[in-house]
Amino acid sequence: MIKTVRSIAVAISAAALLSGGVVSAQSVDLTGAGATFPYPIYSKWFADYAKSTGVKINYQSIGSGGGIRQLSEQTVDFGASDGPMSDQELAGAKGGPVLHFPTVMGAVVITYNIPGLNRPLNLSGDVISDIFAGKITKWNDARIVAQNRGVALPNSDVLVTHRTDGSGTTYIFSDYLSAVSPSWSSSLGKGKEIKWPVGIGGKGNEGVAGQVKQTPGSIGYVELAYAKQNNLPYANVRNAAGRYVSPSIASVTAAAGSMKLPKNTDYRVSIANAPGKESYPISSMTWILVYQNQPDRVKGTKLVNFLRWAYKDGEKTAATLDYAPLPASMLAQLQSRLKTIRIAGTRVGDAR
Amino acid sequence: MTALPAHWLDKDRRELRLKESAASDRIYELLTTACALVVPALVVSIAVAIFAAAWPAFAKLGLSIVTSSNWDVAGGHFGAAPAVFGTLVSSAVALVIATPLAIGVAIFLSEFSPVWLRQPVGFLVDLLAAIPSVVYGLWGIFVLIPLLREHVMPFLRDTLHLGATPFFSGPAYGPSMLAAGVILAIMALPYISAVSREVLMAVPRSQREAALALGATRWEMIRDAVIPYARSGIIGGIMLGLGRALGETMAVTMLIGNRPEISASLLAPGYTMASLIANEFSEATNDLHLSALMAVGAVLFIITLIVNAVARWLVWSVARSRAQ
Repeated sequence: MIKTVRSIAVAISAAALLSGGVVSAQSVDLTGAGATFPYPIYSKWFADYAKSTGVKINYQSIGSGGGIRQLSEQTVDFGASDGPMSDQELAGAKGGPVLHFPTVMGAVVITYNIPGLNRPLNLSGDVISDIFAGKITKWNDARIVAQNRGVALPNSDVLVTHRTDGSGTTYIFSDYLSAVSPSWSSSLGKGKEIKWPVGIGGKGNEGVAGQVKQTPGSIGYVELAYAKQNNLPYANVRNAAGRYVSPSIASVTAAAGSMKLPKNTDYRVSIANAPGKESYPISSMTWILVYQNQPDRVKGTKLVNFLRWAYKDGEKTAATLDYAPLPASMLAQLQSRLKTIRIAGTRVGDAR
Repeated sequence: MTALPAHWLDKDRRELRLKESAASDRIYELLTTACALVVPALVVSIAVAIFAAAWPAFAKLGLSIVTSSNWDVAGGHFGAAPAVFGTLVSSAVALVIATPLAIGVAIFLSEFSPVWLRQPVGFLVDLLAAIPSVVYGLWGIFVLIPLLREHVMPFLRDTLHLGATPFFSGPAYGPSMLAAGVILAIMALPYISAVSREVLMAVPRSQREAALALGATRWEMIRDAVIPYARSGIIGGIMLGLGRALGETMAVTMLIGNRPEISASLLAPGYTMASLIANEFSEATNDLHLSALMAVGAVLFIITLIVNAVARWLVWSVARSRAQ
């Protein structure tokens, strides 16, 4: 009897020790981690790709920062980020050179709550930056009125709402403000967290949108996809060509299309305040990050094949989830860029 | 137990049983000791991990992490004083609101409530503890904040003229220290109330009867005989509620406005340490930023430790003063 008790105890403790190390059956082919913004389209892609090829990809939307960290530590096969990696981060990646592959594009829209307003506000970059810097404090400020002739603007306080969690949305927005406003660039700069001089912080798009919806006189910024799906009002923003453009999938794709990228670009480029009449200025790409040298032949091949599929078939479904697809010219360049990846020492381009 | 129990057999059996029980006792002792050791080991390993990760920030920034108010990630400044302030103030507001309410509920349930009402009300109060904090946050955004902004805040500030004091001055946006304090009060209430109810119920009947026999009214009986007897338990419940309030993250983040500024006004937005960590951790890439967030976690850890120590001391000193 003692023996049985003892053996049960041993079995229990052994099981307890083991359970930490036991991994569920090896059914996943690739793992990735990173940005939450493209998560809906990525999960659609992974599901579609698994259906057509049987290759399963597991993606954890833990945030861009986490994606970069995990890629650097080589705990995932690919990372994903809403902001490009800095030179310092690239140097710290343990698996060698990292390539940036843009996948889809998003935009940040300016949403607001002005009772009685029945058409979109027109706003220019300098006005937006002065509102969010706390320099414009009334809705009937002369500079806002000048851009919105014939619109009755109230004599009420502007209440700024911003993201408080570190976010690619904030990065895109502050990247744009830095591009259009020298004073913003020198004082507040760009980043996933900004030291906001005024306003209230909301957590996530829903936090900002909820606050704006409920509080008359407030203004905030959210992702285009979120604003469209929730029917939020949003402003037309003046672009580099001087036109007030409404954010849409077409105007975001136009922004990327108008950028003249050098032939050897590493794609760590901002498309904020892009030239072109049709371009929506607060646009940005989101990236998948992969190591140029893929030591594992099986995984490397699967990763390259997936990216190839994404550019060929995946892009077509982007708009269904309110993401802007990359312009066709860029897709062709990216397909050939995939050939610079080395799988087990051999360039993909050379193998074919 | 019948007629012919052979002595030797009986003796032998008893010995055998003794031996067997000694062996199983030994196993149980080992098992429970192991369980008991797991807990301190866990606490120590958590503390070590946090302080090790926080060390680079402490080494580089020193005490400015808790004394400076400048939290600027891009500029490399990490001063979390507003978050420390916000954690303490929002928890204090929560206790001020929750304690009388919770003790009132507990006294009602243990002393006045008809038996048929005791069960359902007690159950509903306990149910408050089972609601996920994100649900509290959503309820706060859609119900509590509009209510505070449109009715409670103007009432406090203008009708009661509390706006003349710094504590209720300034514009009422909604998300604020007050909103966070109220939601924390609701979340802490079931803990305080459940513990208080149990200790009040555990007060011996003789204690009550003695007070009544001396001619006390019901209120005097509760005040002079029941509550002093239960005091240490009630304080323990309050500290449990405070622990809940200090560490709460999600609901507070959704309601406090997340503004890293120290303001005397409860109507102004604020920040807490737990919210700061939750907001910034997932997107923190640079090492100092990560380490600074861990340092904030370490400070929160220390504050919680202090609160628990103070609670222990309070309970102990109350128990001692009663014994004397």
